[in-house]
Amino acid sequence: MKLMKNFLLVLLLAMTPAWAGDSVAPRLDIGKGGQCVEDPKLMRRNHMDILRHQRDETMRSGVRGSRHSLAGCVDCHASSRNNSVLGGSENFCQGCHTYAGVRIDCFECHSSKRKTVAEAGK
Amino acid sequence: MSAINPERRKFLGKTSAVFAGLVIAPGVLLYDFAHGRAAGEAASGRVRWGMLVDTGQCASDCNDCVSACNKENGLSGGTSATDSQWIRKVELKDLRSGRTTSLPVMCQHCEHPPCADVCPTGASFRRADGIVLVDKHRCIGCRYCMMACPYKARSFVHEPLTDQNPDVPRGKGTVESCTLCVHRVDRGEQPACVEACAKAGRRAILFGDIADPESEISKRIRAVASAQIRADLMLNPGIRYEGM
Repeated sequence: MKLMKNFLLVLLLAMTPAWAGDSVAPRLDIGKGGQCVEDPKLMRRNHMDILRHQRDETMRSGVRGSRHSLAGCVDCHASSRNNSVLGGSENFCQGCHTYAGVRIDCFECHSSKRKTVAEAGK
Repeated sequence: MSAINPERRKFLGKTSAVFAGLVIAPGVLLYDFAHGRAAGEAASGRVRWGMLVDTGQCASDCNDCVSACNKENGLSGGTSATDSQWIRKVELKDLRSGRTTSLPVMCQHCEHPPCADVCPTGASFRRADGIVLVDKHRCIGCRYCMMACPYKARSFVHEPLTDQNPDVPRGKGTVESCTLCVHRVDRGEQPACVEACAKAGRRAILFGDIADPESEISKRIRAVASAQIRADLMLNPGIRYEGM
């Protein structure tokens, strides 16, 4: 019985996201969402390394059309409300970065808006 | 050094066989590489992008290349000392004859770029296909490159920016210049200024691969007299001017 209880507890822990049960956890608008280019758990921990690798490949060598592009992130995850990954605590990038207390530099240069929308607005 | 990887060897062998199959004779390809690259493919050192500007077709009252550049790259269009200008119209006047020439001047995409030479962080660099760029992730805004450039082609971003073009990231504290519309070239399109010039019916700017002897631009460079600005500096710019 004790074994069963432990098993259930472990199962429960494994199924819970890291921040579940936290009342101040970000409630994110994930935009289009759907199947991410990698496992969401991996992305949560490693997206910065994946992006940094891709940025050098694209900038220095001219590799385009990769599945790990920042524009790709924005295209899927820009909020349905303001078409941006920034803006408030529910926006995909800003919401989580505010929660984690990590400054986000990408969008000082890069567009935070979905490409089609950004171009239509010009 | 790592050990020889037989899988990689096999892969290289196969891919080179495929590429060899595309070549009919030296210099003759079944597949034309000049029309954009496949996803995941790096810029090739066998290509060198360049331009030939026919100053005879360039009118002094026409500014279409400049405005197209501003629109494409999200520049304000201002011409004060603190505004970014990637391309300018320059008027030349021969004092003896009184002959005037109008021409656009932008980053000349040198083979030996002095900007990249002096850059302390490696932010200024020349891509394999000859396009000189600023890697703004590495740029610290020291502006040595602006002083080294004999063409005055570079600008510094002084103020915070918003609503950048998704294809053209720009930001405060970094140096920038003409990218030869690298985002368009990588898609197989022409730079915005070239397109605008053709649209205005002048066709003064010819863009293409100057490393390919069979390209339109190479044929024209062979056929007509053209010059590089400050050729004496031996930088071998990729931009050439006809009738200057």
